Amino acid sequence: MPRRVAIIATGQTKHTARRLDVNIRELITEAVTRALQDADLTMRDIDAVLLGNMEPFEGFLFPELWAVEGWGGYMKPSVKFNTGGTVGTTTAIAAYYYVASGIYDVVMAVGFEKQSEGHTQTAITTVGDPIWERSVMAGAIGNFAVMATTYMHESGVTEEQAAKAAVKARRNACLNEYAHLQMPDITVEDVLRSEVLAYPVKRLDMCPQSDGAVAVIFAEESKAQRLAPRPAWIRAVATAHEQQYMGDSPKRLAEMRSLIAASRRAYQAAGITNPRKELDVAEIYEVASFAELAMYENLGFCDRGEGGKLIDMGVTELTGELPVNPSGGVMSTNPIGATALIRVAEAALQIMGKAGRRQVEGARMALATGYGGNAWTDVMILSQEKP
Amino acid sequence: MSEESPTLRVDFLLDTEYQYAVGQYGTRFFTELRDHARFVGVQCLECGRVYVPPRPVCGICYRELQEWVEVGPGGTIVGWTVVRIPFIDPMTGEQRPVPYGFAIVRLDGASTSLYHFLDETDERKIRVGQRVCAVFREKREGSLRDVLHFRLLEE
Amino acid sequence: MRRVAIIGAAQTRFEARKASLAYNELVYGVVRELLDRTGISMREIESMVTASQDAYDGKTISGMAINEVVGAYLKSEAKVAADGLQALLYGVARILSGEFDLTLVVAHCKESEGQSSAITSLMFDPFVQRPLGLDELTAAALQARCYCRKRRITSEDMALVAVKAHRQALKNPYAQRAGEFTVEDVLASPLLADPIHELEAAPRSDGACALLLASEERARRLVDRPVCIAGIGNCTDAYWTERDLAEARALQEAARRAYTMAGISDPAREIDVVEISARYAHEELMAIEALGLHASPVELIARDRASFITPSGGPLCGNPPTVSGLVRAVEAYWQLSGEAGARQVEGARVALAHGAGGICGQNQTVVILRRE
Repeated sequence: MPRRVAIIATGQTKHTARRLDVNIRELITEAVTRALQDADLTMRDIDAVLLGNMEPFEGFLFPELWAVEGWGGYMKPSVKFNTGGTVGTTTAIAAYYYVASGIYDVVMAVGFEKQSEGHTQTAITTVGDPIWERSVMAGAIGNFAVMATTYMHESGVTEEQAAKAAVKARRNACLNEYAHLQMPDITVEDVLRSEVLAYPVKRLDMCPQSDGAVAVIFAEESKAQRLAPRPAWIRAVATAHEQQYMGDSPKRLAEMRSLIAASRRAYQAAGITNPRKELDVAEIYEVASFAELAMYENLGFCDRGEGGKLIDMGVTELTGELPVNPSGGVMSTNPIGATALIRVAEAALQIMGKAGRRQVEGARMALATGYGGNAWTDVMILSQEKP
Repeated sequence: MSEESPTLRVDFLLDTEYQYAVGQYGTRFFTELRDHARFVGVQCLECGRVYVPPRPVCGICYRELQEWVEVGPGGTIVGWTVVRIPFIDPMTGEQRPVPYGFAIVRLDGASTSLYHFLDETDERKIRVGQRVCAVFREKREGSLRDVLHFRLLEE
Repeated sequence: MRRVAIIGAAQTRFEARKASLAYNELVYGVVRELLDRTGISMREIESMVTASQDAYDGKTISGMAINEVVGAYLKSEAKVAADGLQALLYGVARILSGEFDLTLVVAHCKESEGQSSAITSLMFDPFVQRPLGLDELTAAALQARCYCRKRRITSEDMALVAVKAHRQALKNPYAQRAGEFTVEDVLASPLLADPIHELEAAPRSDGACALLLASEERARRLVDRPVCIAGIGNCTDAYWTERDLAEARALQEAARRAYTMAGISDPAREIDVVEISARYAHEELMAIEALGLHASPVELIARDRASFITPSGGPLCGNPPTVSGLVRAVEAYWQLSGEAGARQVEGARVALAHGAGGICGQNQTVVILRRE
């Protein structure tokens, strides 16, 4: 049996469009310091540090090694991951496995990105296969737009329904002191009237580019119980990949094979049969408004084609039956190397009862997901009850 | 601290070249495209899927792929958009003129799809499921740009 | 605690340019060979860890190009952006967690497709160092100077490392560069960055390698005396300009952790074969010392019996970046499974594989393998 593992502390920076006042090293320090303070730990208590970052966005090779003092890594074991949008959850899942393995007892996962320092479009363009995709690519937005039309065709979801998800994100973000885009007065009309980037995607349907860092501390059972009054126990982790090329998935958002596989594996491991009822809160890597609605369907929160209805009914609002992204989600905050780990941190905050004004009352079971690259997926389930 | 804090910044321009190997499967595809203006895919003899782009192994069955079949030039739109946001074309370094039509196209006979351009920019005239046909360039060099774009077919 | 075994390994020949193969074809070839050698079907493997670098592959999320060929469709794969031996460590953790019985570990790089110097220049501090035009080679040369001066090592001593490496590589069918060179030949090869000559630096290489890890129970069903991972250790040093470059403290610490786990108290006596990841000749001398194998590494290398140190020839004879550390484990495994061919160290039972990453080996990994 794997050892039981829990999250005992988190720390985040205030995410913004451009942090000119700090370099990468200093940005990471802010998040790491807050995480250590959260559990009253020092770096002496940390056995190993795992890092997640997408260095093509900064034009750096091994920025984490340059920044080593920033995360307290001197003379400690460490390893860096780089898997695109999922990198934060890839790092969190690795932290889970390293602690569950018995190799380390306390592991800190760190995610960071200073997107303002590089050329985001270049880094995203080179996600495309150089032979098969790059020459006919239209960036992340073009890619989401073509997926969105497939999804609209299959599910009948409307631009208005998608806009509601965009509004929910920016309004929830106002309750999150770390969120980047906070827009208390945003309306569905605002989203629909914002500049069309590529039909049906408008500017306010998309995520921003952010500078930010996050640190999450994982511990084995006895230390977790000693160090945290209410640890967030890891109930399940799962990863699933798509095939190689962007056009391989037959129905893209309308049938996300990797998300379906990973979430069902995680539900099974956590003993969940009805996710909408049994989960209390979800922090999902939604990227864009249309994707959020598609993910409701693929995560089994509703039937196929019902994603739009779910948002119409208010089910996923902060006060709804299953609040999705009380933090404001990726549509409000997106420092790529940190984004998926922020989902894990936010899910843990909900379980630990530390989510402040965005707290979902009585949250006992939480879902976090990561999504990136060619539609691949990470899933993590956290709970108040020990597994 | 405020975003207007008087801190400095250093600027770098990264200028590094790559020479990507197209590989054996890709070379076969692009040679057919260049020399004969036709598309080929590779079929998995276990599940029957026909892969475009061609590749060494079927990810689903993990069976090595060797059976070449002709696909296209007609196809169906799986997803589409009209791009209006300025975008630097990675092949030229220049801004691609907007708007332009962009789609996921499943070539007839293929199980997977390619991304490519459409000859239409009026959102009201494009829909999922619509038939299209590849328009090849006169002078072809062995890349995906040997296809100028896909043309919408009248129903 | 559960134990982890290696049940098979494969590598491609290292070459200056594998022009005919795309990344996915290169990696598919090595994974296919591994499956054929072990008789394990991809259906049985649920977990994969890969190692590659976006900057070398010229692709954001380099792992995307190979996920399908490593069999990861709907399965759990993660990519480390670090030396390949780090991928093996994570693979070990995945099996020890109890969630997986088998884990495939793969590393690849086609250094020929990018511009190494421009790529490695991106490792340097953008504010005060990058404008100077530093790259991995120039930093290594500075380190070689620091180390040689502190330990009174001569150019001829350093050249001996290259002589030995290329001689050993004559027995390694996967090697890219091999030969019977003299100290004079090495010193007559072009000076790349004083004091490093061409034959004292790893060549640019394309290649890939793969390993299959299994839980000990699973391994016992396949082989009577499995090769187990007895110890692992990793350690991160300070940034290169913030430490004494003549010392390999992180490697000492990584070795200490691995030795403790493996119950090794006298490494020089207890370890039969060592594969060191030295991209530059002086790094092999530094590693021999830091690993506690000999107090005077030059003396050891000068002896005829030094053939247990990096019998493959090591990175000087072929070194796709990122693959470097993992292929050391491939070689170490073959030494213990008796598959090392002409470079076999007779009766080897305990082996050490070493990997390094970052500028002047900022991050160090040590793995101890043991055959029962």
